[in-house]
Amino acid sequence: MSFARRAWIVLWKDLLTERRSKESLNALFFFAVLLLFLFEFALGPDRERLTAALPGLLWLGFILAGLLGLGRTFLVERENDCWEGLLLTPGDKGAIYLGKLAVNFLLMATVAIVLLGLFGIFYNVDLWGSLAPLAVVIVLGTVGLASVGTLFGAMTSQVRARELLFPLLLLPVQVPVLLGTVKATEAVLQGLALSEVAHWLKLLAAADLVYLVVGLLTFEFVLEA
Amino acid sequence: MTRWLGWLAALGLLVGLAMGFGYAPKDAVQGNVQRIMYLHFPSILTAYTGFGIVLVASLGYLFTRRMEWDRVAHAAGEIGVLFTGLILVSGSIWGKPTWGTWWTWDARLTSTAILFLIFVGYLLLRGMVEDRERGARYAAVVGILGALNIIIVHYSVLWWRTLHQPPTLLGPGRAPIAPPFRAALAVNLIAFLFLFAYFLAKRLHLRRLEEEIRA
Repeated sequence: MSFARRAWIVLWKDLLTERRSKESLNALFFFAVLLLFLFEFALGPDRERLTAALPGLLWLGFILAGLLGLGRTFLVERENDCWEGLLLTPGDKGAIYLGKLAVNFLLMATVAIVLLGLFGIFYNVDLWGSLAPLAVVIVLGTVGLASVGTLFGAMTSQVRARELLFPLLLLPVQVPVLLGTVKATEAVLQGLALSEVAHWLKLLAAADLVYLVVGLLTFEFVLEA
Repeated sequence: MTRWLGWLAALGLLVGLAMGFGYAPKDAVQGNVQRIMYLHFPSILTAYTGFGIVLVASLGYLFTRRMEWDRVAHAAGEIGVLFTGLILVSGSIWGKPTWGTWWTWDARLTSTAILFLIFVGYLLLRGMVEDRERGARYAAVVGILGALNIIIVHYSVLWWRTLHQPPTLLGPGRAPIAPPFRAALAVNLIAFLFLFAYFLAKRLHLRRLEEEIRA
């Protein structure tokens, strides 16, 4: 079985599980709405203040949702000894990483789009004009978060204090992703072209690349018994 | 051997201290405050040496699976965190009289703080995994990612903002620093590297003993 086929099977299995249980996505939607209200309460109803803080809040909310969603990546494998099934999968373990990463990417990209839509409605921001550049930022940011989140999620699923350890490991590593996405979103919402923030996009792409390569190459060491 | 390293470090630190206070003149602009450089700058290079060793030793462990590599990575990580803490503290003390504030969200301060947090997480991870061999594998992966991430964090924060003076010694061109300052700095730097080697040797020895007891 080819590498791509094995990655696809992992992706398909998790999508099917998610479609039937709707566990993660439902909870994350609800969490996103809650965050939106909490931000509003914390900053007050001042429209200008909210708009100025919007890119930061958006990506902060995204990363917080990621802490909940990505930490659970491998929890489904803990039941009924499914972890052993992953271990017994023949060939390069990078395929499992890629499959899981694809699931997480889809999950977190959905969260990002929902968050963005909610922000647009509740904080009255016009998003229609900047959908294409925002999509670029979302893709780059989501790959950055999901690539590390998948790797660390596999690790912490085997650790006792996983809810504690996962954010402690993930958050400091995500600093470049947070800075890059916030800066790029700020520029886009001000109506600037993406080329004005090309250095941030390049930085995001570089971070994505490093995280992806490290994740692919080291995943087999994480997945051992 | 370890003992000699210790004595060399102690001697070097004494000489460095004497040179920093006695031989090197007072800074024309900052006055005596500037002398904290003799602690601040060597700490930085020592911390980076530590994290460099974490990267190499982590790779070494994943390739060879020899526990000795893991012990080296762990010890170097601990010492790196220690000296990063020293950088942050000495930098704050230096910043208060010269910049007028303990902390500012300047690029290099921020990226050093993030470096600190990444490797505190690395040490926490080691404490939380029960299985010894699994802990070593996980730590190696986090160590590699953390060390490589330093570069990305550096640039991201640099573009974010900057106030810190540009690199004095490592920047391009001739260093704008008078010879007496340079000599005092060099002595302190060598002393710190001896101190690093001493800590590393001592920690490795301790860890071997710990494992012997547990085995």
